[in-house]
Amino acid sequence: MDGTRALQMGRIDDARVAAAPGRVAPRRSRGGAYWQAAPFALLFLLFFILPLCLTVAVSFWHYDEYSLTPAFTLENYQEVFDGCIAKLPALCVTFATYLSTLRFALLAWVATLVLGFGIAYFLAFHVRSVPVQMGLFLLCTVPFWTSNIIRMVAWVPLLGRNGLVNQGLQAVGLTDAPLDWLLYSEFSVVLAFVHLYTLFMMVPIFNSMARIDRSLIEAARDAGASGWQTLWNVVIPLCKPGIVIGSIFVLTIVMGDFVTVGIMGGQQIASIGKVIQVQMNYLQFPIAAANAVVLLGIVLLMIWALTRLVDIRREL
Amino acid sequence: MTETTRLPSRRDMLRAGAGLAAMGAAAKLAAPAVHAQEPVTLRYLGTAVNQSAEIAAKVKQELGITIEYIPVVTDDVIRRAVTQSNTFDLLDMEYFSLKRVVPSGNLQGVEARRIKLFDKITPVFTRGVTVGGRALGEQGTAPKKVQFLKGRSSKEFADSPTEWMTLIPTTYNADTLGIRPDLIGRPIESWAELLNPQFKGKASILNIPSIGIMDAAMVMEATGQYKYPDKGNMTRAEIDRTMAMLTEAKKAGQFRAFWSDFNESVNLMASGETVIQSMWSPAVTKVRSQGVQCIYQPLKEGYRAWASGFGMPRMLEGRKLDAAYEFINWFLSGWAGAFLNRQGYYSAVLETAKENMAPYEWAYWMEGKAAEQDIKAPDGLLLEKAGTVRDGGSYEDRMGKVACWNAVMDENGYLIRKWNEFIAA
Repeated sequence: MDGTRALQMGRIDDARVAAAPGRVAPRRSRGGAYWQAAPFALLFLLFFILPLCLTVAVSFWHYDEYSLTPAFTLENYQEVFDGCIAKLPALCVTFATYLSTLRFALLAWVATLVLGFGIAYFLAFHVRSVPVQMGLFLLCTVPFWTSNIIRMVAWVPLLGRNGLVNQGLQAVGLTDAPLDWLLYSEFSVVLAFVHLYTLFMMVPIFNSMARIDRSLIEAARDAGASGWQTLWNVVIPLCKPGIVIGSIFVLTIVMGDFVTVGIMGGQQIASIGKVIQVQMNYLQFPIAAANAVVLLGIVLLMIWALTRLVDIRREL
Repeated sequence: MTETTRLPSRRDMLRAGAGLAAMGAAAKLAAPAVHAQEPVTLRYLGTAVNQSAEIAAKVKQELGITIEYIPVVTDDVIRRAVTQSNTFDLLDMEYFSLKRVVPSGNLQGVEARRIKLFDKITPVFTRGVTVGGRALGEQGTAPKKVQFLKGRSSKEFADSPTEWMTLIPTTYNADTLGIRPDLIGRPIESWAELLNPQFKGKASILNIPSIGIMDAAMVMEATGQYKYPDKGNMTRAEIDRTMAMLTEAKKAGQFRAFWSDFNESVNLMASGETVIQSMWSPAVTKVRSQGVQCIYQPLKEGYRAWASGFGMPRMLEGRKLDAAYEFINWFLSGWAGAFLNRQGYYSAVLETAKENMAPYEWAYWMEGKAAEQDIKAPDGLLLEKAGTVRDGGSYEDRMGKVACWNAVMDENGYLIRKWNEFIAA
């Protein structure tokens, strides 16, 4: 948006100008903008910033079986990383758990990226009519019509030892005994993640694709680019913001997950969210808070790294 | 009508009438008129085990008290009791949780004098013996150890009976392993079988650290590897040793999954994902009612028992407090007891429950006799065909073989840490 256009819009809409301060906005309307932002800022403060501050504060508290005492102690953090240095090269619980969680995040990310990109590409470039596009889009949200738990429980009759998949494989003679690794395994955990979160990856990518100027693709073709070259040199670079936003969604959800890992992993697979859950259940709030702060730090680092790759704000 | 003349002293009447089954009819008639003016709602926090819609409906009908269930899992009951004791009026909690809740001072002692059937409560709770006089195992948090408080707002347990009770018992049971005889095909007699490599990938335990480790301890003793002074209160070295055994089994792929709620355990067993697992009695019944063979297998080392009861939050007072006593007295008066007995639990006051059950039901559930006619669940579903005998036999046979009680150990914090290590292993 250049200065002149902003100026023109400013005459029409005061608030718009206020949103781009430092250009031509008159002083008084800046106050107005703050007031307009206030309700959301207040919500943000009450339900996000404040609880977060409390979590950080509690992570330094002292605790025993049934009481928390305000204090400033590092013992919770020490407990989180207990033996982590001494045990090297063997992994301590925290490192092993993070490694396992990161692995799930990576696997889920790759799978949802490939699937999400593919589906978005099909919807954006191959489906011509908008009603069909909308219809297929709605179809993608079907997994969200039932509750999270039910969706995951539904895998049991499908992937279980006597489930449909095993029966089918045995019926066509591909296997002669049920495959145990289909359920309560790392495979089933990743499968559930992919089933649940592909949509989160697909939507932002689709959004980016929908805004690609079709004449760019025509130009690429006219200049003699093959289909793959167009995809690699034109479509993917222009989809970067969508890919990054989708990746942020998927990575942050998977990093903090404990329900999916719990149910699909038969409660036998560790994830950092599950560690926090067990600690919360036993009222070990300070150490759970310490774990949460560490997790938050790591997830923020991941987001920071991703946003370094693409300047989302500029691209949007 | 009689109730109009009684209206002025309605509270006395209700108090007197509530506990007595004979007065039930009068209370039923009087209740709507009385409570329309001052309806009482009790927020009832507990696990879903005892929270059935039938009980709430019956209470509403007989006492006019509205029961609002807050169903959460075992661990959340404790968490709410310790951190938000103002969010409920009545607590239905397991006895082993008391060691974590009472020190917080969030419970008030229940006055034994106001419990009409106090003398009829089974001695399992007060003295640690069965009705027939058989001594129960005392390892773990045996109810008699935590049944009484030193005073109304005391944070300490009393060694001998006092006037102030921590919980008024509702249900209890003796737990063991559930098995699929059709898939195992040989007799199972010992806890050691839980970790038998023959059942690799087909075994399961509860996903509650303090209970899971007790099951492991039963295995440890059954295989003769170690004898615990108290399975329910291990030292750090004992925890290490037990968890090492569990970890080894987990790494070898012994467990299919760990379960955390009733329905999960039913699904695992009914679908054949597991063939041997730690289980609850009504869950076994439920598997059987789906037409799948399942036995609640008595084992030679004995049972792991548990008990739950009603507690009152510290802030409860006035009409709500009266209503809570009224409800508890009603609960012990027989209808609810029979309702629970018919699901395979045991009720706290056996005499009144017996009066509310048909003789053939009592004979099947409590006396270990073959069912004279079909046994039905409270909702009318067929549970067992005539001729069946309850697994483990009579009340005396089952409760008399209790080896230990669900417990919270002094080293609980350490156990949690080890459990997280175990999951990560």
